[in-house]
Formats: sequence, structure tokens, C-alpha cells
Amino acid sequence: MTQDEPDLQDHETIGPLETLADWFSETVLEPITIGDWIADGVDWIGDNLQGLLDGIEAVIRALVDATEFLLLYPLWLTAFLIAAGVWMRFGVKAGAITTGVLAAAFGLGLFSETVQALLWFPPPWVLAVLIVLGGIWRVGWRFGLFAAIALLLIFSMDLWPETIRTLSLVVASSIAALIIGMPVGIAMARNDTVEMLVRPVLDLMQTMPPFVYLIPAAIFFGLGTVPGAIATLIFAMPPAVRLTNLGIRQVSREHVEAGQAFGCTPRQLLFKVQLPLAMPSIMAGINQTIMLALSMVVIASMIGAGGLGGTVLTGIQRLQVGVGFEGGLAVVFLAILLDRISQSFGQRRREGNAYGNLLRWFFSGRQKAGA
Amino acid sequence: MSDKLVVEDVYKIFGPHPHRALELMKEGLDKDAIFARTGNVVGVREASFSIREGEVFVIMGLSGSGKSTMVRMFNRLFEPTFGHIYVDGEDITRMTDKQLIELRRRDMSMVFQSFALLPHKTVIENASLGLEVSGHGHARQHERAMQALEAVGLGAHANSYPDQLSGGMQQRVGLARALATDPTILLMDEAFSALDPLIRTEMQDELLSLQQEKSRTVVFISHDLDEAMRIGDRIAIMQGGQVVQIGTPQEIVSNPANDYVRSFFYGVDVSQVYSAGDIASRDAVPQLRSGDTDAAGARQQLGTNGCAVLLDESGSFRGLVSARSLSDAADLDAARIADIDTVDASTAMSDILGRAAASDWPLVVVEDGRFVGTLSQRDILHTLDRTHQ
Repeated sequence: MTQDEPDLQDHETIGPLETLADWFSETVLEPITIGDWIADGVDWIGDNLQGLLDGIEAVIRALVDATEFLLLYPLWLTAFLIAAGVWMRFGVKAGAITTGVLAAAFGLGLFSETVQALLWFPPPWVLAVLIVLGGIWRVGWRFGLFAAIALLLIFSMDLWPETIRTLSLVVASSIAALIIGMPVGIAMARNDTVEMLVRPVLDLMQTMPPFVYLIPAAIFFGLGTVPGAIATLIFAMPPAVRLTNLGIRQVSREHVEAGQAFGCTPRQLLFKVQLPLAMPSIMAGINQTIMLALSMVVIASMIGAGGLGGTVLTGIQRLQVGVGFEGGLAVVFLAILLDRISQSFGQRRREGNAYGNLLRWFFSGRQKAGA
Repeated sequence: MSDKLVVEDVYKIFGPHPHRALELMKEGLDKDAIFARTGNVVGVREASFSIREGEVFVIMGLSGSGKSTMVRMFNRLFEPTFGHIYVDGEDITRMTDKQLIELRRRDMSMVFQSFALLPHKTVIENASLGLEVSGHGHARQHERAMQALEAVGLGAHANSYPDQLSGGMQQRVGLARALATDPTILLMDEAFSALDPLIRTEMQDELLSLQQEKSRTVVFISHDLDEAMRIGDRIAIMQGGQVVQIGTPQEIVSNPANDYVRSFFYGVDVSQVYSAGDIASRDAVPQLRSGDTDAAGARQQLGTNGCAVLLDESGSFRGLVSARSLSDAADLDAARIADIDTVDASTAMSDILGRAAASDWPLVVVEDGRFVGTLSQRDILHTLDRTHQ
């Protein structure tokens, strides 16, 4: 307002500025109802995408159930690990043969009651022994000792079934998170636009208080393990995506150029050069994903996911300090076991050149067997 | 020799507005001014040259001169911004991705400064990378990779891992990997720069002996002058993205295009560059033919060194005559001093310094028995004294 235009100071005149101010307060300053939009969106999804939701539920349920089954009946798990190990190190053909042999052995269970009893009612300590052996193999005998004591404590607190439930939820949702997260990470690494778009979504997924995921999960999938697993996989996925992206982007330029110069197609470049060299970073991401999944699984007990979180929740609801503490202690043990064992796959070992050893462990067995 | 790789008016401009940068370049602005005005980095400008089949072509320059950019355009790791590059007459800048991959698998391979071996694969698996990606069967991969490893002397280490080998051995693996696909063009980007001097010389010899067994077209990037001189048939000097001079080492040393090139070559050991034939002078010592004149006539024609060269009719060297040998001889043949040591024209200058110092006579340079010229101690000192050039 300048002195040349005194009439604008006249309050009775509605000048353009006042109109603008009115428009501003009416539209922009109006309380924004993002919450309503989200709620509407959730309702709409619930009403219109029921088929999709059912599909997701079925897949996740199958994954969780299969994992829990394997953990509850450790003989099956052992067989599964043997078959998977043979397949990874000696190729598809050897893996298929092993699977066939093991399937035949299990098939015998149909005819022999002793074998059947062993298959379906195995002592739970078989899994504990597997975990302890894994600890000794990957970390060291001191850690194996710790694992044995920790698992014994869990047994004696009578929390083994809850621990299995929590572990299976963690494993199932981590697997699902990796199946979704790693391809997204690869896409981000190969395309800057994708990276630009996905990054804020990851920020949102990671910083949103985890309780918030429970609400839509419960609305879409009801109460129980499946919504728990889905909330967990959303919360646990970002590190896998981020560290896959980072790992691939950190592969040195000359390695990538070497791949290209020798005539790799983009796919060959990814599988023969970029992914193997990004492996330490990817393994760190997997470790993070598993740890986040564990923390979320405890929270997910609020919508009936059960497990150790359920024990803790009971302790809170009934003000039973002892129960709550026992549940909490079991979670801590599980966390330490999962962390050290999963980390050991991504760490450089001290003896020899560990980086090379790690990559070899993952990728080389097959070629060597063929050569 | 035919042209294997032809570079025609190639530019590489990094950044958002290459056409604007090109205009400014045509107005004569240099690299820094163009960067200040447009934010474009000029990698290579106005490059046109051709590389002949079977030669070792060294591209030399300081860091940032565009030599690595240049070599990366030959297999299109970098896309040329303007211009064309022909391999065997085929324009690779117009190739589709599929044709390009085919070209890289069939015709070209590359050796890197940092070796760029895959740490999770054994030496032989590394060496067979090119064969593996182009879908050769396992047995064939193994066989050809093994041949390549044996060619570089690493057959015994086939099942080791790269991190168990020394730097020089790792680069041999890099070389074997490049040779395994049997390429016609070998691109070597500062391939030996990361190695210590002794190993570097060894690798240069290795490359030269591999070239002798089967000659490939080698494009070798280097910032090391001695290396360029040792292995290069021809050298291209780059400065600020531009190729400022191309020629054989001798041509460039004796006739540098500008001060940059001259300063580059200032410290070079010229005795390594020149051969006896390059610096021998044909007219410094008079030449006599057996039937031309008698002893007395010959005495009149002796040069400042007090001697003359005796040739036969076909120009072959027969010996020297001196004032003393002529004084009591009846004719030229009787005066001939036959036991003169001759020097082959291709002998490096550094190898004849001792003989020149010890000899009473000028050194006689011959090529297949034919007389090429003579070399006095004075000629050699003149060549070594670079300040007068």
C-alpha cells in the first residue's frame, strides 16, 4: 500500500488483498483432514480389494505356517536345510536328488510307526541343538556355550512354544521382506528415478510409529498371526532395500566396466558382478531386517500375533512383573542369537581374506563342483 | 597395414548441453572456459586418427587429458557425444545394444589399472569371464582360459584366488582374461601403472613377447613416457582433451609439435629412442668404390677423420681405408682394413655407446650388409645433447 492510493486503507472497500486473505483463511487454513482421507482409503480398500487381501493373507499364512511347522518338527527342518545346502553348493541336479532321497526316507514314515513317531513328535531340543551347532559353526564355541545356556533357560521358563511362534513369525516376515525388498533395492540401484521415488516411502515406513501399522493390518486381515506378520514385514523391509541399493551402487566403477567390457548383458552384470560384490552390504541389511522384525513381532502381539510378545502383554495386563520379565528375557536371548548368527554371514572373518571367503562361500561351490 | 580402428571427428562432452559446449569450442574457448560458462566438462575434443592393424598404439598424456575417456569410447563404455568410430570399417556408434555386446565379446577386451578381478572366483574362473558370458560350454571355457593362463605363465595358479596372488600376478590374470576370448583389439587402460617398476618392465616384456607370437591391435593408455617408448609402435599425445601429436617415438622426440610435448619428452633417455640407423650420417665419411680410383687419388679424398669407406659396386660395405693404410699400398684393395666391426642399423643407440668410445674409427652402420652411414663419437654426443634441438 503506497501513499498514492489512500482509498485502499478504507476498511469498507473490499480490495483484492482482502479477497485473497478470505480465500486463504477459507481454503488453506481450513483444518486439513488427512486422517479422514486415510480412513476413507482404508475403507475403500476393504470394500473393493477383498480378493487381493485374501490372496495376500493366504500367501503370508502359508509362509508363516510352513516356517512354524519346520521349526516345530526339527527333523523336517534338518532335511530341508540339507536339501537347500546341497542345492546351493552342488547345483540343481544334486539338490533334486537329495530332495528325492529325503522324501523317500520320510515316505517310509507312512509304513513304519517308529519313524512316524520320530517325524511328528520329535523332542524340541533337536532344534535347540541345531541352533547351538549353528552358533559354534558361524561364531565360535563360546557363543555356542552361551546359546546352550540361553536356550536351556528358555526351556526351564517354559516359554519354548512361545519362542517358536515368535521365531517363526520373524523368519517368515523377514523372508517375505527380502523377497519384496531386494528386487526393489536392485531397481533403485539401477535407476535414479526409482531411487528418488522409493526413498521417501522408505523414510515413511521406517519413521512411522510401528503401532500405526497394526490398525489397518487388523482391519484388513483380522486378528492373529497374519496381520502381525504383515505389519512386521512392512516395518522390517526398509534396511534390506536400502542396503541392497547401497551395496550395488558401491561396487567399484572398474569392476562394473570390466563386466561390461567383456560383453555382459545387464542381467549378467547384475548376477555375476554387482550382486556378489554387494554381498557384505546386503548381508548387513538382512541382519537389520531380522532385528527389526523381532522388535515388531513383540509389538504385533497387541493384535493377537501371540508368542513371546503375548507373554509380555499378559504380564502388563495382569501387572505380573515376573511373567513380563521372563517374556522379555526370552526376547533378549532370541535377539542375541539371531543377531550374532545372521551377522556372521556378513562379517569379514579374521583369518585369511574374509571378504573373498564370504563371497566364495555363497557363490563358488557350484562352479568348483562342476570344474 | 590396414586401419583397424578409425576415429573420426569424435567429441566427448559430459554434462547437460553438449551442443552449446560444441559451439563455444568452435569459437575457440578452452576446456576451463567452457566449464565456467556451461558446466560441461570436455572429455575429448576433435579427435581424428586411425590405428593400424597389429600395432601397439600408445595414448599418452597427463591425468585429466582425456586418455581414459578416449579408450572407453572405443568399446562404448562411454558414448561418444559426436563423431564416429569405425572398427574394421563398421561404425560402432550406430550399433544397437545387442550388436555392441556381440562386438565386445568377439573383438575387444580390456585390461584395467586396478585389475578389477572378481574376488569370489578362482583365477581360472576369472580368466574365463568373457567366455562364460558369451555362453561357451564349460569344457571349452576351461580349455581356452587355461591356454591364456599358461601364455602369461600362471598355469600353476589356476585354482588360487586373486587375493592370494601378488599385484603383478593379479594383472597377469587380468591379461589372461583379456586374451582368453582371442580378441583382435586389446584395450589396456594404465594396465601396468599400479605395479612396481621392476614388475612393470617384466609385464611390458611379456606383452611384447605375446605380440610377437600373435600380433593384435593394442591400444595402450599410459602416463609413463618410458613405457610408451618401450612398447609403442606409435604414440598419440593428448593435452586437455585434444590429440596434439601422433607419431613414432623417434618422430615425436626429434620433432615435438609444441612446448607441452617437448616438456613431456624433455627427460627422456634418447639413447633408448634412437637406433644406430636413425642417427648415422651417410656423408660424414667419403665413400670410395674399389675400381674408382687408385691409392694416391684416394689419399686426396680422405675426410676429416682421416679415413674413407670402401664399398663394392652394389653398395655393400667392404672395409675402411686410412691415410696410413694407403701410404704403402699399391691399390685400394691392398689398403683395405677389413677387420672393422660393423653395427646393425636397428641396434639401440644405448647399446653402441661403449663401442663408439673404444673405437679409433667412426662406427660403420650397415643394414643387411649394405652401408647405411657412419657414426662418430661427435655425432653421438650431439644427439645426446638435447638442449641444442
